This record gives sequence, structure tokens and C-alpha cells, in this order.
Amino acid sequence: MNDSTWVLDGGRLIDPANGIDRIARLVLHEGKVHSIDTPDGDLPPDAGRLDVSGKIVAPGLVDLATELREPGSEEDETIQTGSNAALAGGYTTVLCCSSTKPLMDSAASVQLVRQIAQRVDGVRVLPIACLSKGRQAEQMAELGILAAAGAAGFSDTPRPMPNDALLKRALDYCRMFDLPIFDRPEVPELADGGVMHDGQIGLILGLKGLPTEAEDLAVARDVRLAEATKGRLHVGPVSTMGSIDMIGRVKSRGIRISASVCPHNLFGSDELLRSYDSRYKVHPPMRSPSHVEALRNAVAEGVIDAIESGHMPRAQEKKANDLDLAPFGASALETTLAAIATDLVETKILNWSRAIECLSTAPARIAGVEGGTLSVGANADVTVIDPSNAWSVEAKEFRSRCHSSPMTGRTLSARVTHTLVGGRLKFELHPTAAGAAS
Amino acid sequence: MDASPSPDQLSFPAAWRHPHLLDLERLSAAEILAVLRTADQLKTMTEGCRRKVPLLTGKTCANLFFENSTRTRNSFSLAAKRLGADTVEFSSSGSSVAKGETFVDTAKTIEAMGVDWVVTRHSTPGTPHLLARELDCCVLNAGDGPHEHPTQGLLDMLTILQHRIGSDWKNEAADPEKVFAGMTVALVGDIAHSRTARSNLWGLRKLGAHVIICGPPTLVSHRWEELGFEVAHRLDEIVHRCDVLNLLRIQFERQKARPFPSVYEYAALYAMNGERLRHAKDDILIMAPGPINRGVEITPEVADGPHSVILEQVTNGIAVRMASLWLLANAKENADASAENLS
Repeated sequence: MNDSTWVLDGGRLIDPANGIDRIARLVLHEGKVHSIDTPDGDLPPDAGRLDVSGKIVAPGLVDLATELREPGSEEDETIQTGSNAALAGGYTTVLCCSSTKPLMDSAASVQLVRQIAQRVDGVRVLPIACLSKGRQAEQMAELGILAAAGAAGFSDTPRPMPNDALLKRALDYCRMFDLPIFDRPEVPELADGGVMHDGQIGLILGLKGLPTEAEDLAVARDVRLAEATKGRLHVGPVSTMGSIDMIGRVKSRGIRISASVCPHNLFGSDELLRSYDSRYKVHPPMRSPSHVEALRNAVAEGVIDAIESGHMPRAQEKKANDLDLAPFGASALETTLAAIATDLVETKILNWSRAIECLSTAPARIAGVEGGTLSVGANADVTVIDPSNAWSVEAKEFRSRCHSSPMTGRTLSARVTHTLVGGRLKFELHPTAAGAAS
Repeated sequence: MDASPSPDQLSFPAAWRHPHLLDLERLSAAEILAVLRTADQLKTMTEGCRRKVPLLTGKTCANLFFENSTRTRNSFSLAAKRLGADTVEFSSSGSSVAKGETFVDTAKTIEAMGVDWVVTRHSTPGTPHLLARELDCCVLNAGDGPHEHPTQGLLDMLTILQHRIGSDWKNEAADPEKVFAGMTVALVGDIAHSRTARSNLWGLRKLGAHVIICGPPTLVSHRWEELGFEVAHRLDEIVHRCDVLNLLRIQFERQKARPFPSVYEYAALYAMNGERLRHAKDDILIMAPGPINRGVEITPEVADGPHSVILEQVTNGIAVRMASLWLLANAKENADASAENLS
């Protein structure tokens, strides 16, 4: 049997890029999408067969910002464990953050991450290199050299970019590479020391707040600079009504900017912090219910283009601390699709096609990378989803090294059953997997 | 003077069921009154918190303080000793916390030495709640950052009650809630950083008092209004309506940026001084949780004047802490006993 030739039979094929949402046979051959609806007589020889009836067949998910933490912070995550987690969550491509040690602000460190990822041979790993040298927000990193070394874009995320002039310069400069810049919108002076959403619950609990205006002001800056420079800017994750409002307005004026949101901001509110449990110390913070509601609608309406996992793994000994000391972060790759299915598809806010678009097609388009489609000839990156496989989240079963998740204990309504990268089956859900409903 | 009641006259209030005392926000009026009544009885029984009554002999109370404190820690220690318990002191300076141990591990270590209560103070809100989940013994919150300081709130309420109903309070039929129903209490000062404020405002509201939160807008969030409290920014405009003024210390150590231009300006706007006292009700009570900054939130003539009950608060602190230790230990024993009956 040729391990890169597969016939996926009986599934509901959803390919938002081509407007397809119907039962169809999908054939993968030599690492590429070979054909759709192929008659039996035209199938390549020695094909592996997957009966995916009742399941959804989608282009592999693409994550706009995954922290993989290797090299330098392997206690939090390694490229191997992060890759395993990504595959189990249905991801075939992840854009990984520059927060490694050494930082990805040199060609050598970008190449190192790519080499480790190649050896791991799991999910496709595309490095996002540093935007500023040493992530000091003082001068541009060597963006051209980093691009040549394989950087897929630039960002200091999860750190925000506090230097307006530098961001403007970089947006201008980057136009010659046609690579995107990612900004996590936050004004550090307004967010300083904050632990949770600045609202009624935070006031009652006495915890220092992250005010919405800390994000809103950064988004206002970002949209103006995107307009002024015509550069390629992605803002995200966003979490406030103010952000949505501004992004919606500039988009309606035809300005090129894209935005993303994390699943935890589409799920729960700051009320969860009443438990004082550090698994809810995530960034952006869990906001009040009105923000959650507005964000859900903004995804449905297309004001928000994409959903990113917000995977910020941190070791248990770091998270097992009081809320001031515990770092922001959570393991998210393995629950993102299921959380979106539960919180947005089950609730009829999104249909499956829009959900797949947000998790795959749009991120691939924003990052300008291959993937996000099942067009004939595209990479055979495919995710198979069982939309009626309810499971309960037990973070200790995660493949990720980080076992802290705001989704712990929830019952989610869909589960990834197969992930194929370049036509090779990289993940298959064991029928008796942990958390499976009986 | 009445003869002091003997220990066996102290009856355990049915309203109380918690093995921990973490905050007042989640207690009911009945539970708060159960603590106050028990505290009042214990104060009498110990002749004003001065004599020993062996109600908790053989038990051990650990003071686990990750933040500086002298008065609260000594008050808890004395409360434990008055009831015959042993105490063990732990403070973060020079301890394992400096060596990188998490506070939960530290607390578990202390618990393993065989303690019945952990009294904890920490700069981060919620730490007592985390300990209550991790430890088997009783946990008392002695202040968690700006969140709550429940025994301070209770002792403030006990002080008000004793002044307003005096000996009637001893009468089981007396209704303390009627005392609070028509009462206006203003919390003045650094509300943003004050755990005393948060414990007082929930406790007082539950007992039916009208609570005014007063201070500069940088220290008094408008969101308190959304939560149903009266917010005022000018002390002069509310002082005549108040039955009680609780003057909270400006917590310079918790403020990263100055929320007002100068101490002089703050004192001009908010210090309780003789001039402001002239506009107050004749029987106004002036309280302060201490330590007080003389000349900042209160002038010496008011702090030492006839309306001040600051030192009574200190004595009542021991009473409330005796009551808390006793109630928690008994509630835990009752819970453990019924769990054993079930198994």
C-alpha cells in the first residue's frame, strides 16, 4: 500500500475556498489533492481506504500563532509535543511564535526551529520571526535575512509592539517581501500588572484588571498604521467590543487588515475567575459576557476573519501558583476545533463551512501560506472531524506538555478523528481514546 | 458586674457550617450574626479578651503570613492562646518562599506538622481559597491582597453593634438587623486597595446598612455604583448623613502610580478633622482599621477624641478571631463526624 495515496469515502466534504459542502469522495495522491468524486475505475492503485461516512472532511487547520517554546523553554513545550498536540487538534500547519531562546531574530535560530520541525516530521511548522531585534521594540530585526531563512511573517507576539514608529516603519519596509506582520494589540502601560478583565468581577475579587481600553487603543493605532502604510497587518487575538467596532469600520472602507480571536474568548466570561484557578489566567483575558456575545457575532459576520488557538503552553509548576505569579497561558491546540464546534456551531452562530473557513482557509490566506483548501493540486493536508463525538476534556491526557486549559472538565461536541499532512496519516483517534463518551 | 458565663454555656449556632472563613461576600446575614454573637459571648467569657478559657486546648493554630503584619498576626495568636490552643508562627522572610517554594507547598508542609487552622495572609487575592481546596485543616483569611479581610469586617460590625444596642445584644430576642437597617456607614479612602473595605461593604449590606463608598475617583471605581453601592467623591457632602465613618488607610505600598497629586491634597479633601466632625451627627462613630496615618486620613484630635472607637476595634478583633477559630473547628468536627457516619 502506498502510504500517501488515500481514498476518503462517504464524508461531508467542506472546502470553503471552493464553495463546496456536500458528500463527496476525496482522493489524495503523492502528497497532493488528486481528485474529487473520482469514479472507482480511475482510482490510483494501492490506495489506502478511509471510510469517513458521517464525518466532515476539511482542509487541514492552520494556526496563526502557536507557541512551541523550543528551543529554550522545553519544560513548557517542545516542537515534538506541540506537533503531536497540533495534529490531534486537526492542525496541519502552525505558525510558531518568536518567543524561543535564543529568540528567532537571527537566520540561524529560524533555521534551527525549521530543522527540528523537519526532524519531528509532524505538523508543518512555519516560523514567525521577531519583528524587533532582541524583541526590544527599538529597531527592526533583519527582516530580509529572516525572510530568506524561511520566516513566514514577523511579530514579537505574545509580546505587544509598543513602539508606534517602529511598527509603522516595519509595515512600510515589509511591503517588499509581501510578508505579514502580526500584532497582539495591547498598550503595556494600561495593562501593567493586570491579571484578569477589568470589570465588576475583578473589582469584587480585588484582582488587578486588564482594561479593554488597553486593547482598544492598540487596535486604533494598528488600523490607522495599516491604512497609512498599506502594509500587511494582522491584529490578534482581539477580545473587546471596541476592537470589533474599529475593525469593522475600517474594513467597510476597504482597508486591508485582518483580525483573529481565541476560542476561550468565545466561550466563557470573567465570572470563571471567581474560582481563582490559574487555568483561567489566559491572554487576552476572559471578558464580560457582553464582549463574548459581540465576539461571537463578529466571527459570524466576518468582521473577525480567523480563529487562532491561543496556544501558550506553560509548565504545570509555573501555572500551579497564585494568580499574580502564575503566567498567562493555556494549552489550546487540542481543544480549539471542538470548542468552536460546541460554542459556535452547535449554537447555530456559525455553520460548519464558516467554522472551517475561520480555522483553515482564512488563516492560510492571512499568512499567505499553502493550505486551507482542498483544490485539486493543493497539498494533501486534510482533517477529518466527527461532528457528533462528544468527549470530556481532561487536560492531563493532552499530548501537549502543558496541562492547563480553561476547557478542562467541559464536554465538547466534536472531535478530530484523522489528520493527514502531505497525504500521510499523522494522527488517528484511537476508538477508546480518553474522554470518549461511552 | 455579671458573672461571666462558663464555657459550657456557649452553644454552637446552627447557622454556622463552614470549616473555612474566606470572605464575607459569600456568607449570609445569619452566618455573619452567628459569628458576631459568638464573639460577643466569648468576649464576656474572657472578661474582655483578657482571661483564658480552655475551649480549644490541644489544638494548634499556624499563622502563615506571606505579607508583613504585626497587629493581625498577634491578634490571631492571642485569640488562639486565650482559648488554650498552641500557635506556630511562619512568615515569609527568611523562609522557603525565598527559596522558590510555592505557597501551596509551604502551607502543606506546615499542615503536615499537625495544625488545625492555617491563618493566612498573602498579597494575592484568592490564595486562601486555593489553600482551602488543597488543605484538610481549617483555613482563615487574614487578608488576601486587596480582596477581603473577613475578621476585620466582622470586628468592625461587632464594634458598631456593641455601641448601638449595648447589653440588649445579649438578649437572644434582640434583632441586630434592625440596628443596621436604618444605618448609614461610609467607607472613606483607598477603596481600590482595601481588603477591609471589601469585607465591610458586603457584610454591612447583608445586615441591611446603607453603605457609601467615598474617595477620589482614582481609588473609588464607578463600578461600585453598578453593584448597588452609593459612591461619593466629596466627604463634605456626605459626612452629615453618616452614623459611622470607617477611615481606610492610604496603601502607598500597593500603589504603583500615585492616584492623587499629593498627600497634602488628599488630607485636605478626605482627612477626618475637627472641622468636619462639627458637621457630623452627635453620636457618629469614627473607626479605622489601622495602622492609621495620623494627619493623612485622620487628625490626632479625631483619632483620640470621644467619637473614636479605634482601640475598641482592636479588642473586638481578638473576640471575633476567638469566635472564628472556635466556630470553624467545631464545624469541621461536625462535618468530619457526619462523613464518618455516612461511610
